[in-house]
Amino acid sequence: MSPRLNDRVLTLVLSGAAIVSGGLVLLVFLFLAKQSLPAIVSVGISRLFFDSHWHPTATNPQFGVWPMIAGSCLVTIGAIGWALPVGLGTAVAIEFYSFKYVMGFLTRFIELLGGVPSVVFGFWGLVSLVPAISYFHPPGQSLIAGILVLGLMVAPTVALTSLTAIRSVPSEYRRGAVALGVGRVRFICSIVVPTAARGIAGGALLAAARAIGETMAVLMVCGNIPQIPKNLFEPIRTVTANIALEMGDDTVFHRSVLFLTGLVLMLVVMIILGIVEPFRKRVAYE
Amino acid sequence: MNLKGSPFLFLSTLSLLIAVVGGCSEGTGVGIAGSGNVRRSSVDGVSSQPTRRKLVLTGSSTVAPVMHEIARRFETLHPEYRIDVQTGGSSRGIGDAKNGIADIGMASRDLKSSEKSGLVANRIAMDGICLIAHRSNPVMSLDTEQVRSIYRGGAKNWKALGGPDARIVVINKAEGRGTLEVFLKHFSLAIENIEADLIAGDNQQVIKSIQSNPHAIGYVSVGAADYEVKNGGQIKIIQSDGVSPTMNSIRSGQFPITRPLLLITKGQPQEDAARLIQFAQSDEVHDLIKAQYFVPSAE
Repeated sequence: MSPRLNDRVLTLVLSGAAIVSGGLVLLVFLFLAKQSLPAIVSVGISRLFFDSHWHPTATNPQFGVWPMIAGSCLVTIGAIGWALPVGLGTAVAIEFYSFKYVMGFLTRFIELLGGVPSVVFGFWGLVSLVPAISYFHPPGQSLIAGILVLGLMVAPTVALTSLTAIRSVPSEYRRGAVALGVGRVRFICSIVVPTAARGIAGGALLAAARAIGETMAVLMVCGNIPQIPKNLFEPIRTVTANIALEMGDDTVFHRSVLFLTGLVLMLVVMIILGIVEPFRKRVAYE
Repeated sequence: MNLKGSPFLFLSTLSLLIAVVGGCSEGTGVGIAGSGNVRRSSVDGVSSQPTRRKLVLTGSSTVAPVMHEIARRFETLHPEYRIDVQTGGSSRGIGDAKNGIADIGMASRDLKSSEKSGLVANRIAMDGICLIAHRSNPVMSLDTEQVRSIYRGGAKNWKALGGPDARIVVINKAEGRGTLEVFLKHFSLAIENIEADLIAGDNQQVIKSIQSNPHAIGYVSVGAADYEVKNGGQIKIIQSDGVSPTMNSIRSGQFPITRPLLLITKGQPQEDAARLIQFAQSDEVHDLIKAQYFVPSAE
């Protein structure tokens, strides 16, 4: 094989791989669109946002998916809201406040925590967290339970990506800071975190994507009532939990409606990414 | 070499997309629930048999696991048969039996009047559905009106029903679940009138939710509840109008909230199908049916 041919083959293989991974999103999208077509034709998109309830199998069916989109967003925002400070704090503690051996041990431990299957978190939430919440505010399965469990699940992701971001801060900065007599707290707050902000934000976004797509854990602890909650102790239902709960139905129509809600969720995620993307770039250039 | 904008790259992308989208469309009739979950129950070492008789069963995911076991035993006794058991829901089972796609359709509900023409339903077992509460709850029995009132949001406190002074946490099943349909039908309730505090997907989730909520009420398959009670779970079965769900009370119809597990054929079952159905209704498979917590229909 001549070097030119070799190069050609490699180029073909690699671009093939790139096409597959890039095209997959498109394919998922097309598949969802195709499966939801019967629902789009007979129900229409607008009813998803203007119907007040979700009763797809009732005699007078209702298809309000809006409360579930709100549920997905609220539980994700809540989870990131506490997982980000905790994860970032963990990363800073590992990098700047621990002995070398402890550091390695802690990192491994967090990696392990990140690998725990979500159903385990959900089960733990259902048998220990929910009864505890229920003691103060029945029924216990609620938005707050979802926020706590999901946050716990994504905190390791945030911690590990933050750690990588912090470690990629050039070492000259540290030496410069030491030479100028800058204290550790000042150094972390004014130099390390702002410099690593893009990586940290990227990690948080990754965690948010995992949180909004999470199904089993939220299904077990959130109570699954499709409603916009008035407080943290009311149950909610996420779009993903809704699909998992109702996909056992054997009617083609109901299944198609569920695919449609999946499509809507995908669009919501795309919109969120679209909103966040320019912000991430700005952070990077600052 | 510049591959950007190369017509070859464009064409290969296109053909890849077409291939996969085309692949998707083939499966539309199957979808998620019925994505060809074929349970093959062929027995090894029977290739010496010259004639192979094949039976295809499709339908309810409630009936499929028990039918799979029955089919395996049937194949062991009659090595000339090969039986495919596929899931896909009761409606699909009934439809496939009607169209002749399946030799036997499986359903875990009664046939609707629109489905009945030309089909014969053979009952192999019954499944009961019972109300359950936390073990610490003193309420023993509820009548139909009380259950209706609880699920419609009328009765909100256990006190009026002979229980503690606590708010009732009502657990319902998600739409599309078989147990929900049976429950609604028995209590003449409409899904949109139910005021639930929690919604669960399957039996286990209802049981776990009740264990975390001492004042909750829910309903599950009798088999699932029975198993949990016998294995020390913190739940109790609530009698319906004073009747406990037992093998006998379910079979006799004295315990009212039940659904049948059916094998459906187009017209009277013929030779091979009749043989399998007869076997599924015989004493020889009662242990298999009971192992899945269903009640064999005949003694």
